Formats: sequence, C-alpha cells, structure tokens
Amino acid sequence: MKGFGAVLFKEFVHIRRDRLTIFFTFAVPALQLTIFGYAIDVTIQNIPTVVYDLDGRQESRRFVEAMVNTDTFQVVERVQDHESFRRALNSGRVKVGVLIPADYSERLLRQEQVQVQVLIDGSDSQVATTALNTVNLLGTLMSINRARATGEALQVAPARDPSGEAALPIEVRARLLYNPDLQSAYFFVPGLVAIILQLVLLFLTSFSIVRERELGTLEQLFVTPVSRSALLFGKLIPYALMAFGELLLVLTLMVAVFGVPIHGSLVLLMVLATLFIITALGLGLLISTLATTQLEAIQFAFMIMLPSVLLSGFMFPRAEMPLPIYLISFALPVTYFIEILRGVILRAADLRDLIPHVIGLLTCCAIIIALSLTRFRKQLG
Amino acid sequence: MNGAVIAANGLTRRFGDLVAVNDVSFDVQRANIFGLLGPNGSGKSTIIRMLCGVLTPSEGTASVLGIDVRDDPEAVKQRIGYMSQQFSLYRDLTVRENLQFYARIYGLDPPRQRERQAAVVELTGIGDYVDRFAGNLSGGWKQRLALACALIHEPEVLFLDEPTAGIDPVARRDLWDLLFDLSHRGVTMLVTTHYMDEAERCTHVGYIYLSRLIAVGKPDQLKSVPDVTPAGTRRVEVRCAEPTEALARARNLPAVRDATLFGDTLHVLLDAQLEPDELLKRIAEGDTSATVRPVAPTLEDVFVILSRAQVAALEARS
Repeated sequence: MKGFGAVLFKEFVHIRRDRLTIFFTFAVPALQLTIFGYAIDVTIQNIPTVVYDLDGRQESRRFVEAMVNTDTFQVVERVQDHESFRRALNSGRVKVGVLIPADYSERLLRQEQVQVQVLIDGSDSQVATTALNTVNLLGTLMSINRARATGEALQVAPARDPSGEAALPIEVRARLLYNPDLQSAYFFVPGLVAIILQLVLLFLTSFSIVRERELGTLEQLFVTPVSRSALLFGKLIPYALMAFGELLLVLTLMVAVFGVPIHGSLVLLMVLATLFIITALGLGLLISTLATTQLEAIQFAFMIMLPSVLLSGFMFPRAEMPLPIYLISFALPVTYFIEILRGVILRAADLRDLIPHVIGLLTCCAIIIALSLTRFRKQLG
Repeated sequence: MNGAVIAANGLTRRFGDLVAVNDVSFDVQRANIFGLLGPNGSGKSTIIRMLCGVLTPSEGTASVLGIDVRDDPEAVKQRIGYMSQQFSLYRDLTVRENLQFYARIYGLDPPRQRERQAAVVELTGIGDYVDRFAGNLSGGWKQRLALACALIHEPEVLFLDEPTAGIDPVARRDLWDLLFDLSHRGVTMLVTTHYMDEAERCTHVGYIYLSRLIAVGKPDQLKSVPDVTPAGTRRVEVRCAEPTEALARARNLPAVRDATLFGDTLHVLLDAQLEPDELLKRIAEGDTSATVRPVAPTLEDVFVILSRAQVAALEARS
C-alpha cells in the first residue's frame, strides 16, 4: 500500500477545492429526490370527461354523479350535440366521453336493458385501463344494486348476511398491507434512492480517474512506485464515504419529506447499502478503464444508467417484461438493491427474506470488482 | 551487462499492425545526457515509456540501472524520475502540495521530505511560487515544477520527454543549465527534443526515423560519418546577395549533390572536381560580394542525409 496516504489526502484536497463535486453529490440528488418523488405519481385521478346527456332526468344525472364520486373522472364539459362531443375527444381536451341515450330513464323504469356509451382515449394505456376498469365496475355495481332492489321486492335473495339482509353470495375482503393508502411515494422513493446513489457513484468515480488520464497525471503516477492497491483505494475511498453521506441524506429526506417510514432494520439496510456502494464503485472503475476521455465516460455511464432506470423494476414491474429483457434485469446490480430497499423499508424484511437478492447483489459485486481489477493496471497501452 | 545505466537491446513495440518502435538498441553511460531526436510520431515517447516500465516491450530487452524493466518495473520506478511531454501535475494543488504529494508517494520519511523539498526548491529556484496553484504558473515555471517533482526522490536517472516544448528561449536555456548541473552531480539523462541546438548540447545523440534508430553517437562523431560527406565531395557555405535564386541555379548543376538554405547563406554539397570558385561563378554570376568557404556539416545536415538514405533503402527493398 505504498503511497496510499498521499493519494487519499490528495483526493480529499481535490474534492474540497472542487465545489461542483460537492454540489453534484449532495445538492443535486436532494433536488432530484424531491422533484421526482413528487412528479412520479401513478395514482390516476380526475380524468377529464365530457358528458352528452340526451336524457337529462334524475336517473341519468345519478349515473353521472356516481361516476364523479369514484374520483377517477372529472366532468369538465357538458355538450348538447354530437359534433361538440366528437370535438372534445378529438382535440384531446377530454380523455373520456359519456353518452347517455334519450330513453335512459324510461327503459330503466320499464325494466329493459339500456346502453350507456363510454368512449375512452386509448393513447395513454395506463389512463385508459384505469378508466375502463372503473367504468365497468361502476356499471356492474349499479346493475347489482338494481337487481337486489328487485329481489327484495319479490322477497328473494341469492344470499343473506347474518342480520338477514339480502347480500352478495361471495364477499371478498381485501386488505392492503405495507402501503394501505396506496401512495406511490412508498413504492417510488426507495427505488429512487438506489437510482440516485448509482448515478452519482458512477459519475464521481469514473470521472475522478478518467480526468487524471486526460490530464496525464495518471501516467505520471504510473511512473512512480505507488502501488496499484494504494492508487485504487486512495482514489475510491473518499467517494465511497461521500456516497455513504449521500445515502444518509436521501434516506432522511425520504422519511422527513415523503413520510415513508423505515420499518425494517437500519443496520441491515446500511450493511447492504455498503455492498451496493462497493459494486457501484466497481462499475465506475470499470468505466474508467474503458473510457479515455470524460465524454466517453459519460456515454458509458448512460449505457448503464438507462437500463438501470427502465429495466430494474424501478418504474415497470419486472414480472411483466418479455423474457429476454427480464433476463437482462438480473445482470443489473440496482435490480437487487431496489428489491432490498423496498423490502427493508416497506415490509420490514430481514436477511432471511432477502437472501435471493443479497446473493444476486453479491454475485454482481464479485464479477464487477474482479473484472475492473484485472483491467486496471499501472500500464499504458 | 556492460556497466551502462540505460541499455536497450532490440527494443520493439507494436500497437496492432503499427510498429511504433522497431529494433532499437543503444546504451547510455553514467552522467551522460543522451538526446533522442526525431520527427513527431517517430516513436521517441514510446521508447521512454518502455524504459520507465509503463509500457511492455513487444520484443527485445531493456534495463535501467542494471534492472530489467520487464522483470521488475516497480524497482526501476523507485530510482528514476520522469517528466512527460504535457504538463501532468495537479493544477488545483499548490506548488508545495504537489511537491509534498510526490515526496510521500516515493515513501520518503518526514525529515527527508522536508530536506528534499528544500533541495529541489533551491535547485529550480521556484521558492517564490510555493503557495501558487500549479495551474496558474507560466509555461517555464510549470516545467521547473515538473522537474522539481521528478527530482524529489533524488533519482539516479532522469527521463525527459520534450521538456522544452512550448516554452520561451530564456526558460529553455535556464532549463538546460539545470540539466548540465544535474549531469555534473552524476545524474544520467535521456532527453527527447525537436530542437537541433539542444541536440548539439547532448553528450550523445540518437536519431529515430520511421520507428528505427538510424544514427547514434557523439555529435562530432555523427558529423564525420562517411555517408554525410562522401569521399570525393566537399561541403561549402555560399554567401551571396540573392540566395533563393542561387539555390535554384545550384540545384540544376549536375555536380551539386545537395543544396539547402541556411539563414541568409547557402549550404552546398558538391563533387570535389568542381572548384568552389567555379561554383560561385555559375550560381552567383556578377555578384562581386559573393563569397564561398568550406564548412563542417551540422547535425541537421547529418539527420537530413541519413533520413533520405533510410527512405531510399526502404524503397529499394520494396
């Protein structure tokens, strides 16, 4: 470890003098977490809706009211002719159009089936799916209520509850665990912690080495008897410490700003986070052995970051990915770390629950470190 | 082992299909200043990098201070200093911090660190600038700082890759004075350069052309190589009023082997049977102030002639 102290000290001096590094490590991630944490909200509510009510009597108004009461729809326009109805949808002002026929109330009264037409803009599949499910469920519920009322009148019921009231034969009692209010922050913010940590580590470590390569100072160091391990540890340890500080900062923000409590063991979380930090440092080192300029380093870092954001299960559920892409997600260390973060933070998972992910992360770590260490030599060319 | 401080033997380095250094052999004795000359991309830096142990030779062997650079590069590194082509110190560190950093990298103990820092600051005269950031120094002072850092561990051998590129003539002369000073203290040096006047100051020079070492020796020895002034020819300097026109005329004469402008004079290599006065008559007709006198070849003449011979030999082979 000849020269370790010298390299370590020098690296800290660089960091202290370079305000941008400190800004990049602490201020930017804090901002990113706050912005993304608020922006990524997948609960779909208040879909703009147009209503063309040809009936206009109490029954049809009740239907529209029921729709609004789901919170999924918000009536933003009421129109009186077909042309305006079409325009509202075509222009994109509304995503859903409800057309109630003129004989709605009469047919219901005569106990005939009646059709309500609901047109849904399918361009955004998530919004469309939510609208479709909600409106279908609404139709079923309203139909069941009518059927039950009819049954009551005839003194027949498919089933009765303990107090003797007519009820549905099967009652499904679903209970939401871990995130009872279905807040998307619970799901996204822990994942975001992993993504931000990897982003900053990749850039800091690869830049700190590639910058020296660009300036020729690395070549100058190669000509000295400084040992390879002293060079590596001296350069990487300061960034590992910074990353750890950053982890504490974003976890604090997660708890304080987004109100996501950490249910599991903080110690376990820190130990596994350290493993992830080492893995990400290894990735940064690997980039620095491949890139000769900082521009190349940026490109390599993005090559890793893009799949990390899209395929790791951070945004989209991995189980629904096509097989080849699903397999790629196993090669990303951040996949395992996101599972670990969500497990410990939301579900109070312990080491036993997390064993598959810990093994996955350990394997990635071992491969990446071995690869980058064999590639990083005190040699040119 | 012949007691040489630097010994290269058949040194070759390939990068893919490109042969950057081709079968280069030379020795440098203690306290000599060996100048390596050659055009850009001829392989000078690659030779230095191999001798410093940061680039593995494809073929051949090299030893520095008796240690094979392939077997134990780290042992070599402890005893050599290296100054690279581009300024490669930390710009955001002060002069003092850069010196401290290298003193610690070489593992000097604290009293020795202080002693050596004082010594190199004194030697390079950089004392007034110790608290400046290295990035804010002028070109000449940057080179002095680089030299100071390279000397911090009192190396026995110093490799300098174009140490004077891009610095002003005064700084250049000062730097050479420093190198002579070091040579007197027993430091062996290998310097690459473009400048012919710097080559003249070296104790020994080697000329690299198209990846090969085509000439090596003391400057005076090289000037008396038979190829440079072949038997039956003589080398003269012509001073006349219109040297450019005289050059054009001289090149048309069959007896003239070579003619080049040299400042406001003309250097001509001509067949011995053509008398110098006769030459003057033919190229500077009517110019009564024109004079001619015999001259010794310069190192530039030597290198130009040897380069041409090398090209001719290569063409003949293919």
